[in-house]
Amino acid sequence: MADVATVFPSAGLASARLRSTAESIAVPAGALIASAILFSLFLLGLGKNPVEFFELVWRGGFGSSFSFQNSLQRATPLILTGLAFAIPATIGLTMIGAEGALVLGAFAAAGIAIPLVTAGAPVALTLVIMVVFAIAAGAFWSAIAGWLRHARGVNETISSLLLTYIAIAIMSFFVEGLLRDPASSNKPSTLPIGKDYMIGAIPGTDVHWGFVAGLVLAVVLQVVMSRSTFGFAARVTGGNPRAARAQGLPVGRLVVACAAIAGACAGLAGFYEVAAIHGQANASLVAGYGFTGILVSFLARHNPLMIVPVAIAFGAIEASGGLIQRRMDMPDATALVLQGIIFVVLLTSETLYGRLKLFQPTTTGDRK
Amino acid sequence: MTADQLATILIAMLGGAIRVSTPFMFVALGETLTEKSGRINLGLEGNLVLGAMVGYAVSFEAGSPWLGVLAAGVSGVFLGLMHGAICSLPRVNDIAVGLAMMSFGTGLAFFFGKPYIQPSAPRLESVPLGGWSDSPALAQALTINPLFFVGILSAFLMWWAFANTRIGLIVRMTGDSEPSARAMGVNPNLVRVLSTGLGGFLAGVGGAFLSLSYPGSWNEGLSSGQGLMAVALVIFARWNPLRCIVAALLFGAAGAIGPSLQSVGISQGYYFFNAAPYILTLFVMIASARSSASAREAPGELSIVK
Repeated sequence: MADVATVFPSAGLASARLRSTAESIAVPAGALIASAILFSLFLLGLGKNPVEFFELVWRGGFGSSFSFQNSLQRATPLILTGLAFAIPATIGLTMIGAEGALVLGAFAAAGIAIPLVTAGAPVALTLVIMVVFAIAAGAFWSAIAGWLRHARGVNETISSLLLTYIAIAIMSFFVEGLLRDPASSNKPSTLPIGKDYMIGAIPGTDVHWGFVAGLVLAVVLQVVMSRSTFGFAARVTGGNPRAARAQGLPVGRLVVACAAIAGACAGLAGFYEVAAIHGQANASLVAGYGFTGILVSFLARHNPLMIVPVAIAFGAIEASGGLIQRRMDMPDATALVLQGIIFVVLLTSETLYGRLKLFQPTTTGDRK
Repeated sequence: MTADQLATILIAMLGGAIRVSTPFMFVALGETLTEKSGRINLGLEGNLVLGAMVGYAVSFEAGSPWLGVLAAGVSGVFLGLMHGAICSLPRVNDIAVGLAMMSFGTGLAFFFGKPYIQPSAPRLESVPLGGWSDSPALAQALTINPLFFVGILSAFLMWWAFANTRIGLIVRMTGDSEPSARAMGVNPNLVRVLSTGLGGFLAGVGGAFLSLSYPGSWNEGLSSGQGLMAVALVIFARWNPLRCIVAALLFGAAGAIGPSLQSVGISQGYYFFNAAPYILTLFVMIASARSSASAREAPGELSIVK
């Protein structure tokens, strides 16, 4: 058999690749089962029926076309914020500022909409301008952290977190002051963009177009990161920045570009939060999507395509919260506990990669 | 603006800083201890929220707020040890685990906290220290919760312990250089698990302050992200427990500017001040990056300063 590997060296490579793919499916699957068992023990301890619970999660998340659409809708911001973590992760950046880029993008979209809506500008034009502003604001905000990393050696994790708080403060500053709609007395908000300017649902569904945008973006970024020169350079830099620099790769520009792409994704999520969900900017935008997206990306192992199913799964858990609350007389925070357990167990399972014999590439065996 | 108004604002800020700073101080001290051992715990928000819930619940059930504070600390130890143990496994990312623990801790707190939103638990009594002043505003500002002093005492204790005790030395050494810790026969993972556990205790106590003193009740919107800010506070304080007090007071004062301006009728524009501590911290980071003097202050094994 050794001859096969000598004559067709790719045969051994293919099998190694297969094993590593199998590993990246088996480890998370095992972790999900472990989380389900742990959560079942939690429920049993409280005298609740785990079987009933998981059945309700299934029904609330995927059981009917209504619940499935609800899951897709909730998955939308998570896909985009997941991408916002995954792309910088490829180049070795740990950026946790998607929340800030989302908020700032949403605020930019809602802010620029005010004069346009007041002047009665065409809907399509208004929405295009809103998208551009949201993406630009998010990309700019996130690029600051990338630039500080490259130019000054400032840790991007902490700076992106700080920038998140600054972004939220900027929004509050305007929403509670200059741009406050006088009619919003209880909850300071910007002027609503109004029903006519809101993005509708995909025909035949209740899911807004943001989901499609997230899906398309995930595919595009998957191709860019795995097939383009840019993606290759980013991966080389992520693997070994020093070697990348020695090869003459423009490390600084790559770092800032990846950070900007991340911010653009989060800013786009912010746009959909305004144009499809809230219709205005206010404190509801600070919903933690940016932070959940980080964990979604980790569970998808920073693979843009894998982010989509992971985000849908978490959308489904959130979507089933109401049903569980009504049927099992448990607080809506139950979904949070389940989510927390899954996150913790899945991250713990990262330690298993490369340590399970079954998935290691076998040597051809007859080296004499 | 008249002198009276200015005095009103300053007194309100002083009172606000003292009131608001206590949870900041506890999470900052907890994070300092964890980071000194060479690991970062981004999940102290979970400890804070769970601590607030447990503290309130135990105070309600047992009738003793101090028992509540202790229980809050113990719940923080539980989360801290969990974080520490998981991060001891190879290839596990401490930043992501921190965020997962935040989500887990908050989830547990909201889940078990539902029945305690309504009932009223006994609070921690504040100590009036402003009796000597004729100004009721100043007297009110100087009505200080005992946990504030516990926090200051802990900061001095930690500062002294880092400098003068064997345990302090072991923690610092583990944080600065894992190989030297190993060479000295110290198990770095054990030191880090224990440091994260004790750091978690402090953050849990900070949470108890939120529910048992100020604002002084348990609900799901209690924390405004003070736990996540711990990381920023510690960078601002340059890993020095004493400077944690200053950082906490400063962050607290910045948050108190808004309400104190409101007390003299200025109700707009103060949101900018809320951002001030973060902008300041960012500048501290920019100024200290690539400076060898500040590199000496930071624990060498810490992922975020490498």
